[in-house]
Amino acid sequence: MIPAPFDYYAPTSLAEALTLLQQHGDDAKILAGGHSLLPAMKLRLAAPSVLIDINRVAELRGIKVNGTVEIGAMTTWSAIEHHAALAKACPAMADAVGLIGDIQVRNRGTIGGSLAHADPAADMPAVVLAVDAQIHVEGPNGPRAIAAADFFTDMLSTALEPGEIITAITFTSHGPGEGSAYAKFPHPASRYAIVGAAAYVKMENGQVTACRVAITGAGPKAERQTAVEQALIGTDGSADAVAAAAAHAGEGMEMLGDIHASEEYRRAMCKVYAKRALLKAIERAR
Amino acid sequence: MTATELKERLVGRALKRREDPKLITGHGNYLDDIKLPGMLHIALVRSPHAHAKIVSIDASKALAMPGVVAVFTGKDMLDINPMPAAWQAAGVKNYPVPPRALAVDKVALVGDPVAMVVAEDRYTARDAADAVEVEYEPLPAVVDARKAVEPGAPQIHEAAPNNIVFEWECGNKAAADAAIASAEVVVKEEIINQRLIPTPMETRGSIARYDALTGEWTVWMTSQAPHVHRLLLTAFVFGVPETKLRCIAPNVGGGFGQKIFCYNDMAFTMWAARKLGRPVKFVEDRSENYKYSTHGRDHITEAELAGTRDGKITGLRVKTWANIGAYFSTVAAGIPTTLYGRIITGVYKIPAAYVHVTGAYTNTAMVDAYRGAGRPEASYLIERMVDRFAAEIGMDPAEVRRKNFIQPEDFPYDNGLGLLPYDSGNYEPALNKALEIAGYAEFRKQQAELRQQGRYLGIGISSYVEICGIAPSAWMGGQGWGAGLWESANVRVHLTGKVVVTTGSLPHGQGLETTFAQIVADELGVPYEDVEVQWGDTQGTPFGYGTYGSRSLAVGGVAIKRSVDKIKEKARKLAAHLLEANEADIVFENGRAYVKGSPDKGKTIGELAAAAAVAYNLPPGMEPFLDETSYYDPPNCTFPFGTHVCIVEVDPETGHVKLLRYIAVDDCGNQINPLIVEGQIHGGIAQGLAQALYEGAVYDEDGQLLTGTLMDYAVPTAAMVPHIETDYTVTPSPVNPLGVKGAGEAGTIASAQCVMNAIIDALAPFGVKHLQMPATPERIWKAIHGK
Amino acid sequence: MTTITVTVNGVRYTSEVEPRLLLVHYLREHLNLTGTHIGCDTSQCGACVVHINGVSVKSCTTLAVQCDGAEITTIEGLAHNGQLHPLQEGFWEKHGLQCGFCTPGMIMAAADLLKRNPNPTDEEIRHGLEGNLCRCTGYENIVRAVRYAAEKMAATQAAD
Repeated sequence: MIPAPFDYYAPTSLAEALTLLQQHGDDAKILAGGHSLLPAMKLRLAAPSVLIDINRVAELRGIKVNGTVEIGAMTTWSAIEHHAALAKACPAMADAVGLIGDIQVRNRGTIGGSLAHADPAADMPAVVLAVDAQIHVEGPNGPRAIAAADFFTDMLSTALEPGEIITAITFTSHGPGEGSAYAKFPHPASRYAIVGAAAYVKMENGQVTACRVAITGAGPKAERQTAVEQALIGTDGSADAVAAAAAHAGEGMEMLGDIHASEEYRRAMCKVYAKRALLKAIERAR
Repeated sequence: MTATELKERLVGRALKRREDPKLITGHGNYLDDIKLPGMLHIALVRSPHAHAKIVSIDASKALAMPGVVAVFTGKDMLDINPMPAAWQAAGVKNYPVPPRALAVDKVALVGDPVAMVVAEDRYTARDAADAVEVEYEPLPAVVDARKAVEPGAPQIHEAAPNNIVFEWECGNKAAADAAIASAEVVVKEEIINQRLIPTPMETRGSIARYDALTGEWTVWMTSQAPHVHRLLLTAFVFGVPETKLRCIAPNVGGGFGQKIFCYNDMAFTMWAARKLGRPVKFVEDRSENYKYSTHGRDHITEAELAGTRDGKITGLRVKTWANIGAYFSTVAAGIPTTLYGRIITGVYKIPAAYVHVTGAYTNTAMVDAYRGAGRPEASYLIERMVDRFAAEIGMDPAEVRRKNFIQPEDFPYDNGLGLLPYDSGNYEPALNKALEIAGYAEFRKQQAELRQQGRYLGIGISSYVEICGIAPSAWMGGQGWGAGLWESANVRVHLTGKVVVTTGSLPHGQGLETTFAQIVADELGVPYEDVEVQWGDTQGTPFGYGTYGSRSLAVGGVAIKRSVDKIKEKARKLAAHLLEANEADIVFENGRAYVKGSPDKGKTIGELAAAAAVAYNLPPGMEPFLDETSYYDPPNCTFPFGTHVCIVEVDPETGHVKLLRYIAVDDCGNQINPLIVEGQIHGGIAQGLAQALYEGAVYDEDGQLLTGTLMDYAVPTAAMVPHIETDYTVTPSPVNPLGVKGAGEAGTIASAQCVMNAIIDALAPFGVKHLQMPATPERIWKAIHGK
Repeated sequence: MTTITVTVNGVRYTSEVEPRLLLVHYLREHLNLTGTHIGCDTSQCGACVVHINGVSVKSCTTLAVQCDGAEITTIEGLAHNGQLHPLQEGFWEKHGLQCGFCTPGMIMAAADLLKRNPNPTDEEIRHGLEGNLCRCTGYENIVRAVRYAAEKMAATQAAD
């Protein structure tokens, strides 16, 4: 219940935060919403000697929606959940965010913090993969953008280099004929995803012309489901077509197994939840 | 108010609780809210191994930390005895190995405390506990009760060969064997009643203060039974007179059984307070509570039920392995024996039944009473087997129940399993009412139609009987219980007419402060506001065994009524004297004693209390004051019953269960406060359906608890529990003058099998006959897919 | 040690705290506001919910230092001038509590829920309280209590 001692810094600018991170190197952890880090510290599964709290870095907060969606890394789930324009621009994100934790967790937890932590059962990794988001980071060598598809490298591992901080997430707003959705099998206790599927589709003249599907929770990291996508593109997006395509979900993916869901069951649920997310996304695209 | 106008009765009214104002404003006083001057804080060093020898403990780094006052190990505390083993299995040899304050030489479960750090604040204590270096020599572990008693299993305690705590039986083996051998139909199932973690929202803890001048302790404890703890800690653990210890249970944040028992922290805080001369506090973290405080259930059972093709049940044979955990908790052996085996036939007349139970030590948390305690295991077993039987012979499960119910004329009913006779019951009306509310016949039609559309709905029935207000003491003595089970109460009417009730019961959510005041206000005819109910402090309340086993109203409440009766008797005598009338002519009504036929000639209870207190004019030989104590030992237990029905829909694609309706029809006898009764039923049901659907404590083979936090152990949220429909039948208990039975555990005892029966009914088209709990989506999905 | 200044239930406090001090411990141990409870160590149970700048949070998963400059409301600060908040009243009227341990957090969470959604359905209430565990009530009467408060607040607003 009690974290080990640490030094605490609360920078008010990104530049200051980056300098602090540079100074303290591996001993330091960035504190965003804290809803993964602080519980781990209370159980003494993590014991960083320095915490750099970036909650006071105002430039990292905010949502802009026009043709592009830009979400500051320190934007809370709650701010995302209650942003009407964003929900229209990306229904999958709205679906997912309302299912994260609980109201209190969403009031503190941030999108950047969650992505950087890369919990294999977090919801948002599937969504950023499905909308092909760019993850903007800044570090000692300046800013760069990482495609979501390249961002999650392994369980709790990302393409972030030491000293880098996520600053924002951007992706293209859905236009006419585009739809997305997120379907989730929540863990009964933690409400993380046992399996979560995010789907994006573009329908033109009654045909699926673009599709991206990603699964989280089932394996060590969230992954795109290219076999599903390929099977669906060019079809009419009917229930049968979706079922046939979704049957490829989980193909080639390493599955996790635990007391709540075995590997075999997770694999089967990948197909079910990919199907459910796709059906909803197609309905929205039509 | 004239003497003939009756005061409005409070018993039976849904009064809102007088406990609540302080609790809803944040002014409750729970254990961790208490701070004493100079108080030190304890953090424990706990074993990461399920079974290991302690090779060495090096506290030097911890002791060097600023703010650390002391570090103690189990060997420092050999001057006190282990915790008592208060309820042993009846009539057979037991091998009790209760825990010590801290482990000595070896550990037997993950979380076994090997050392304690005492420091100026809890942050320092936690840091220092991490700095204590312990070397272990790990030993092989066993976590499964059936495997633990097999030859070659790791041996946990020298004093318990083959890890056997007891082997116990009840019923008639020869008759059950014969019934099964000759039956037309026998259904057989392995039924696992999985391990649960009680999870009161407040964890456990103790604060001890010692006065070296008098040699007296005060201990604040999260306790359902402070008087019992006082007795056990003094007489058994410390070997001092009980007058040297005062126990106080402040507001207790839920118990569900887990706070009945005498725990090591009570002893080591007392020991440290005496040693250090300063008050000490220990409060568990949730993960500590999950590892070390008691768990519930954990039975593996082989059950066989025999019957005829036309639905008569003729025999039941049950063999159970009950996991007792690493040590013997306070009443651990009574739960899977007396409270389980002796009621295994439930609401049915089964001519031949036999139960054999093996209690086994394993390298897991201790198992003891958890809401329902033995009775949920029994009702789950019989209600699953009855459904299994109904399915086997192709008969409606409601019909099979009707055919085998104990009939109203059979009461008092002796079930032949060594229990006292069931006091009263009328089972069919409760079943019929529940089915009517559910629209049973209509549902069966709808179910058949929806199946055609690929939708799988199911209905589950659970008819239960349970045992509350367990007594009398003379019978319990024969059940291996090392004490009585009566309750006491003191009622005083003060000079001002205010009534103070002190009770040995220990309400911790049950609303007894309200319920007891309703009874006293009615019985004594005084305003409700004039009645104050006090409890929780052994100094100032009469001895009581505490609140558990749904006993506080049926035993503690009746003790209060008897004290009030004595007060009234004395008041009548005094009134006769003051009114210069014959005692036989005095009527006591509406808080007033008057002469029969002359209602204007009377004295109020307030006037009589004042007269008794100033004592200027008492009848010869009468002592001053209206102050009466009763010790009530009931002649029998009470036997609440009812039928619950639930309707579920299973998603065949994922195995998810949706609870569509949950209907409870309960009979807890007379109700004092229906609002509180309903709340008890709701809460009980939530815990039972959580067992069916969500909860299960899981250890890996090495004895690591895989469900060690609330991130892994699925206590249901509001979104996981359905709307609950409640109704009642009322069959007053003949056992006590209030006609009450008990309602605290009924919901839990009724609900797990209700949900499971519904799920299995939904899965009938897939040929599913039984599923183990919790019925997780994966289990259901696998059953559907024949995996 | 770090110096923080916070306003809790309208009272300003300046305290020296260790950076690792959890807000819940600050409230309970430093300010003696023990109405906020601790029921778990993993942010599941919600017994510790308070409002920071009007928003409900789990005070066991917030550092006291993070609250420098913040306005905090705890259960002790919810009633005004001896007048119970409609939620407190609802929990009392509808028997929404038994042992009472989860109640402060439950009420604080429900207050935030009603702020965002003044007229929730039963299902919305149940989902809105997912961050709070109650082991006593089976939630039935908690749902009734929140509905009572929503109706009462709507009636009061209509009357204003």
